[in-house]
Amino acid sequence: MSIILAMFLGLAILVLAITAIYHKNTKVAIIATGAVGLFASVLYLLLAAPDVALTEASIGSGLSTIIFFYVLNKIRHSND
Amino acid sequence: MIKKGILLLLLVGFVAVIGSLLINFTGSKELNPLARYYAENGPAEVGAANLVTAVVVTYRGFDTLGEVTILFIAAAIVGFLLKVLNADNGRPNKLRKTSEILETASTLLVPTIFMLGVYIFVNGHLTPGGGFQGGAVIATGVMMIILARPASQFNHKLISILESVSGVGFVAMGVLGLILASGFLNNAFLPLGKLGNLLSAGAIPIIYVFIGIKVGSELTGILNSLKENQNEI
Repeated sequence: MSIILAMFLGLAILVLAITAIYHKNTKVAIIATGAVGLFASVLYLLLAAPDVALTEASIGSGLSTIIFFYVLNKIRHSND
Repeated sequence: MIKKGILLLLLVGFVAVIGSLLINFTGSKELNPLARYYAENGPAEVGAANLVTAVVVTYRGFDTLGEVTILFIAAAIVGFLLKVLNADNGRPNKLRKTSEILETASTLLVPTIFMLGVYIFVNGHLTPGGGFQGGAVIATGVMMIILARPASQFNHKLISILESVSGVGFVAMGVLGLILASGFLNNAFLPLGKLGNLLSAGAIPIIYVFIGIKVGSELTGILNSLKENQNEI
């Protein structure tokens, strides 16, 4: 059961990562990056690394997403 | 054509290298000597129920000091490059109103998130997690405050004082270990206590509280300086 879940998570991470690279809309790409972190943290939990999962969930999907958005906003302002 | 051929060759080489690694991989049934040493002597020498913590804070404590320093330098550079602008630069702050759901939920969730962060770093020597994780969770709580109430201000002075005091405290615990016990960041100068108790493992809980506060205040500082720079233009 857990191996099926792990494969599903791995596939989801792959799809989201490709979305993050190739999507034209930067906002969607940033959201996809955050979702990669979210799925990866569940995968780390399955692989018996709860401390890494905690870090990934808070930094990978929380803090880095909002930092990306702040930077995007700033770049857009200075391009106008 | 040649480009594609080289690419194909590279891919085949990749598959050959990784495939041979994968085929020859056999999970070892027993721990290697270093891991066995940690597993057998860790509880007696360090007194931490969580062996990862024993390695991170005591055996490899110097690495942790280096990581904390890296994070400190990163936060310092962000704060230096994004210098704080005056809040009253004559322009009205155009902030989009946040949704009521987020605002209401944040009043319930933010204290819970803070408490979870504190729990994680206080129990670092017993349960998974530790100073870094706890600090990051606390910074996530600050992020939620910023999202729910964009107009809220944070005290820069308080953040930097917390950050400096905990950094100095971390190094001071290391030096105390050097003087009173056998080496830098040795935790055995305080009583090790009973394995699994909250007050056990010598100085590890104190060091982790310092690391947690330090990481939390550094990440909060990064978020805060990015937030305050959004009002430009």
